[in-house]
Amino acid sequence: MTPKQVTAIKAAVFALALVPFVRLIYLTLTGALVEPLQFITRSTGDWTLYFLCITLAVTPLRRFLKWNWLLKLRRMVGLFAFFYALLHFTTFLWFDHFFDVADMLRDVAKRPFILVGFIAFVLLVPLAVTSTNAMVRRLGGKRWQWLHRLIYAIAPLGVLHFWWMKAAKHDLNQPMLFVGIVTVLLALRVWWAWQKQTPARAGVAQR
Amino acid sequence: MLIKRSPNGIELPFPSEITPRAVFENRRAFIRQMAVGSIAGGALLEMLSREAFAQGTGPKLPAQRNAAYSAQDKLTALHDATHYNNFYEFGTDKSDPAENAGTLRPRPWTVSIEGEVKKPMTLDLDALLKLAPLEERVYRLRCVEGWSMVIPWIGYSFAEIIKRVEPTGNAKYVEFISLADRKQMPGVNSRVLDWPYTEGLRLDEANHPLALLTLGMYGETLPNQNGAPVRMVLPWKYGFKSAKSIVKIRFVRDMPRTSWNRSAPSEYGFYSNVNPNVDHPRWSQASERRIGEDSFLSRKRKTLMFNGYDVGSLYAGMDLKKNF
Repeated sequence: MTPKQVTAIKAAVFALALVPFVRLIYLTLTGALVEPLQFITRSTGDWTLYFLCITLAVTPLRRFLKWNWLLKLRRMVGLFAFFYALLHFTTFLWFDHFFDVADMLRDVAKRPFILVGFIAFVLLVPLAVTSTNAMVRRLGGKRWQWLHRLIYAIAPLGVLHFWWMKAAKHDLNQPMLFVGIVTVLLALRVWWAWQKQTPARAGVAQR
Repeated sequence: MLIKRSPNGIELPFPSEITPRAVFENRRAFIRQMAVGSIAGGALLEMLSREAFAQGTGPKLPAQRNAAYSAQDKLTALHDATHYNNFYEFGTDKSDPAENAGTLRPRPWTVSIEGEVKKPMTLDLDALLKLAPLEERVYRLRCVEGWSMVIPWIGYSFAEIIKRVEPTGNAKYVEFISLADRKQMPGVNSRVLDWPYTEGLRLDEANHPLALLTLGMYGETLPNQNGAPVRMVLPWKYGFKSAKSIVKIRFVRDMPRTSWNRSAPSEYGFYSNVNPNVDHPRWSQASERRIGEDSFLSRKRKTLMFNGYDVGSLYAGMDLKKNF
C-alpha cells in the first residue's frame, strides 16, 4: 500500500463516517421524521457503539490480514466514536434537559443506565484530547498506550448502557450482538497478552 | 395540496383532502424557519406531497363533537398520529405499525363480551357502531415514554357497554384482550410481550364517562396502525393502558395480569395513571414532549396530574406511589 493509496482510503473512510451525520441532518430538515429528537438520540448512540467496535476491530484485522496500513485509520475511527458520543451526550443535555446542567447531573445520579453511559463518555474525553501526535510525544509511547487502553472499559460500559436501556422491553437481540462482538474483540487481547507471557507456546503472535 | 391530474385535466379535490388550516399555517411557518437552504428546497416538495397523502383515506365516520369532553389543545397532525405509534403486534419501532399494519383485516370483526355479566354478547362492528350515538372527543394522549399528542377520537363512553351487559355483583374488573393473529400481525412472532396483549381496569374506572370505546379518529374509522377497528382510549392513563384491536372483553373478579405489568412489574403498574410525581425507574415523568410542537427550541412541557383530567375521586385515599 503506497502512502498515496492510504491517503485515498483515509479520505473515503472519513466521508463514509460522516454519512450517518449528514443523513440525520437531511432527515430532520426534510421533516421526514415525526420525532426527530428521539431519532437523533437513538441514532447517535447506535453509531457511537458501531465506531467503538470498529476501532477495537482494527488491531485484530491488521494481525489476521496482515494489513498494517489499517493502523493509520485507527485514530480517525476512534475520533468518530468520540464525535458520535459527543453528539449523543449533547442530545441528552439539550433535548432532555435543555442545557440545565444541574438538572442533567441529578438525572445522571438517579438512573444507573444513564450513569454508565455518562461514565463511558467522560472516559472517552481524555482519549480524544490525547489523540494528536504532539500529545503522544508529550506523554511518551508507553504512558499513551496505557491511557488508551481505557477503551477496553469504555466499550463494555457503552454496551451495558445500551443493554440496560433495552432490557425492560425484553428486546435484547441487538444488545446481545454487541456483547458478542465486544467480547470476541476483547478476548483476543487477553489471548495475545497470555501468549506473550508464555513465549514457549507462542506460535503466530509476535509484534 | 397536491393537484391531481386525470387524463381529462385537473380534478378537484374532495373536501376531506383539503389541507386543514392549522396544517397549512404550520407549513408556512416551517418554510419561513427553514430560510431555504439547498437541502430544504428539494425536501420541501417531498414534505408537501407527503402531507397531502396523509389527509386520510379511511371511510368517513360522522360524529358530534362533545365539547364538554374536548381539550382546547392544538390537534396533532394526522400524519404524526398515524406514523409514530407503539403497537408491538406490528413491530417495536415507532414507524413499524404504519409500515406493517396493512395486513390487519378490521372487517369482519367481532368482540365477545363475557365473564361476570348477566347478558354476555358478541357484537360485530355494525352492532358496535350503532350501539350508542358516536361522539368526537379531543383527548390528550400521554405515552409512558414521555411524549404526547392531542387526538380527536370518535366513539362513546364504555359505560354504554357496561349498561347493556349488566355486570353481576362479582364483577370487580374489566379485562381487554387484543387480537393476536400471527398471519395479520408480524410482531406477534416476537417474544417482546406475552400475547395476546391484555389490559385491564377497575370496574369503576371503566364506568367513568371519560373511558372511551373508540371506533374512529380525525373524522374517519380507525386506521389499522391506531388499533382498528375498535380500541379503548383512557386519557388520564399512560397510552399503553388503552388496548387496541380488541376482540374480547371480560368482566372478572380479580385484578387482571396485564401484559406490560407481567413483562416488567417494577416499571408498569396496573393503574399507570399519568402522574408527574412518580418517576418511571429509567426516566422522569415530570415533563413531556408534545409531538409536532415541542422540538429543538423549546423545553419539554410540564406533565399534568392525571394528564389534566378530573378523575381524582376514583383514587381517593389511595397511595399513588404504591399503586403506580
